[in-house]
Amino acid sequence: MLSRVANSLYWMSRYIERAESIARLVDVNLQLLLDFRNLDDQALGAHWIAIVQSSGDEELFRKLHPKTTGQTVTQFLVFQAENPNSILSSIAQARENARMVRDQITVELWEEINRVYLFLYSPRASELWRESPSDFFLTIKNGSLLLQGLTDATVVRNEGWFFMQCGRYLERADKTSRILDVRHASLPARGVPAAPTQADALGWSAVLRSCSAWDAYKALHGAEVEPALVAELLLLSDEFPRSVRFAVRHLNTVLRRISGVHEGRFSNDAEKLAGRLLAELQFSTVEDIFEIGLHTYIDVAQAKLNSIGEALFQAYIFQPFQLQEEYELRQQEEQQQQTGPERSLPPPPRA
Amino acid sequence: MANPRPPSRDAIAAALPEPFRKYATDAFFDEMITGEGTVRQHYRHFLKHFAAVTPAEFDAKRRAVDLAFLRQGVTFNVYGDSQGAERIFPFDLVPRIIPAEEWEHIEAGLVQRITALNLFLHDIYHEQNIIKDGTIPAHYVMSAKHFRREFVNVKVPRDIYIHICGTDIIRDDKGQYLVLEDNARCPSGVSYVLENRRALKRTFPEIFEAGGVRPVESYSNELLKMLNYIAPNGVAEPNVVLLTPGVYNSAYFEHTYLARQMGIEIVEGRDLLVREQKVFMRTTKGLQPVHVIYRRIDDDFLDPTVFRKDSALGVPGLVNAYRAGNVSLANSIGTGVADDKVMYYFVPRIIKYYLDQEPLLPNVPTYLASEDADRKYMLENLDKLVVKAANEAGGYGMLMGPHATVAEREEFRHRIEADPRNYIGQPMISLSRHPTHCEGEGFAGRHIDLRPFILYGEKTVIIPGGLTRVALRKGSLVVNSSQGGGSKETWVLYGNH
Repeated sequence: MLSRVANSLYWMSRYIERAESIARLVDVNLQLLLDFRNLDDQALGAHWIAIVQSSGDEELFRKLHPKTTGQTVTQFLVFQAENPNSILSSIAQARENARMVRDQITVELWEEINRVYLFLYSPRASELWRESPSDFFLTIKNGSLLLQGLTDATVVRNEGWFFMQCGRYLERADKTSRILDVRHASLPARGVPAAPTQADALGWSAVLRSCSAWDAYKALHGAEVEPALVAELLLLSDEFPRSVRFAVRHLNTVLRRISGVHEGRFSNDAEKLAGRLLAELQFSTVEDIFEIGLHTYIDVAQAKLNSIGEALFQAYIFQPFQLQEEYELRQQEEQQQQTGPERSLPPPPRA
Repeated sequence: MANPRPPSRDAIAAALPEPFRKYATDAFFDEMITGEGTVRQHYRHFLKHFAAVTPAEFDAKRRAVDLAFLRQGVTFNVYGDSQGAERIFPFDLVPRIIPAEEWEHIEAGLVQRITALNLFLHDIYHEQNIIKDGTIPAHYVMSAKHFRREFVNVKVPRDIYIHICGTDIIRDDKGQYLVLEDNARCPSGVSYVLENRRALKRTFPEIFEAGGVRPVESYSNELLKMLNYIAPNGVAEPNVVLLTPGVYNSAYFEHTYLARQMGIEIVEGRDLLVREQKVFMRTTKGLQPVHVIYRRIDDDFLDPTVFRKDSALGVPGLVNAYRAGNVSLANSIGTGVADDKVMYYFVPRIIKYYLDQEPLLPNVPTYLASEDADRKYMLENLDKLVVKAANEAGGYGMLMGPHATVAEREEFRHRIEADPRNYIGQPMISLSRHPTHCEGEGFAGRHIDLRPFILYGEKTVIIPGGLTRVALRKGSLVVNSSQGGGSKETWVLYGNH
């Protein structure tokens, strides 16, 4: 597969996942505010800025909007073209990448991406947004889910599919950790937190709903929301499909499907880093995490996810100019490895 | 020449179904209606079915097709539009129909023409007999903008220069088919032929069920066969790719469409690199060899080390790899000389010279500004002629004398005097018209042309029909998509009606 094509497939699915995550995050928080009475501007501002901070785009937001209000934040996250991570920009980039690899994706997939894109840029989108934000977000979320379903149902399980999965799971791990981080201000810097106040509990349940995790949480722990259990579910659960561990486990698997290397081994830095992060998540408890401090832990995890993305780029996308000799040499090296250990003696020195 | 006696409206009304009652052919050659106001034989079957479609149904079908094109992204990019806007190429649902015997004539004429042009290109890049014999003056060939001196005496695979040709054909006021130009570089539009057929089949399945229309679906298959045929010597299973300038090119949809249909990789310049005069593409599994490139990039941009130094679209070293015979290109480098409108003037001579035949499809009468008598005639008749720059395309760089202002004509007078080599003149041909659905007018006559697509490989293959372009603006003769043109389905019938 062409490196450029692999790159586009990867980013296409990352941006689709991103748009869906932002849609859920904004939707849930708009609804959450309906449950609070008598919030002053300052409290509202603090609520919304935490969401901007979690997206990592606070600097850009402050540059574009002098005031932090529900309106400016939602505008920034949903329709702002200047924000490269807004829903609008994410869908446009997903579509741009899809367009570059139209010959590689199925017609069904392309038409649906194009449909969501055309919808977002049509007057109908802003109309729907004004009339009923929740219906608007439903349209975006359903579009993304339909795309995932179409991907699963129509795309051949070849290399291209693995790259799409890489993008999807890396983005998902990143976004779940960011959404969890929204509430970090209400927590002690270190140590397991005490039972939350009623208002806090509402905030934590919003975190769960933003990750589509509310039902999963209730089934496991009942309706009582405890921050430590929320963090455990979203970071460490091996069964919940939006948890960081679940996403990293799948990422780790698809990375090895690309190279054909067995689990427990690695052939490039992306595999090494993903394997290491997975092991860490598998062998951690929520107490370990709170000991370090949730915010610090998430910061470190995000940095690790970023390095996996970079290593992936180095391994498959960025092809430095290789000289013919190097190319032949590498081919010979690869053939050597296949013929077994007894022939893997170092080559004789060149004359 | 105007038709002396246009048929009366009553005669037409009697011959046509309800939606066409207001239709007037005026003084033009009409594809559907004869000079006597009757429906031509080969349109009768279509009209019988079409008459059963109510105006409301027709409107609904029209909107559904437009929406489908937009949804599928069957669009072209408009240059100079800051939004980078993509538009659908307007598609008119009334098909243009060509009976079998007319098509046989067109086909034979096109085969003759491309055969002669390939012999001509081989000659001028090797022995140059046609010049030595004085059949074509040397300075016209040597001064052609796209003549590639670098390629004299370079052997090209199977001696084929033009593999894919998109010749533009028009009909004059008597219905005679004439060649307007040979697009021998990177002709585009074939994807619309294929997509339009799909759309019309979905829209009017009942009309197709009756049969009689020759299919066009084999194009991609034939194209791939031809590309495999020209692979470098000794390569049994060539790796064929399509080289695109990228996602912002106006024909990008077509590039991805064809690549997908053929099941080949679509690559950009940055995906390729040349080492030791061999071409490779960068893949997730390292470098893979490339043997045949269907390039949709002009010569100028192909290789920055040979042609335009500033080209970011090309592949450094590609031309050397081509010269070394390690990679094949379709079309070959240097075919643009056949697109020079001055060379067009000589095509009848070229056919005579290499094939010893009279051209089956005549040229439009042409005057060369660099010949004294012709120039004098051109300058005296600017108000009657169409003046064209020798190396422009897309309807740019031309003067439509009868429709131009005095100032525009004066500007062209200066241009012709300053640079006669680069201008030709032609009488204004009153292109044939075809019933076309026009917003606010119902069905009205609009001027059309025809671009068939010719593949020249082991044998010459022309899919029946081609792209019929239609000038949607009332009275306009310019069919280019960038200037208000649309397209129609082209049906070639198995029989004559």
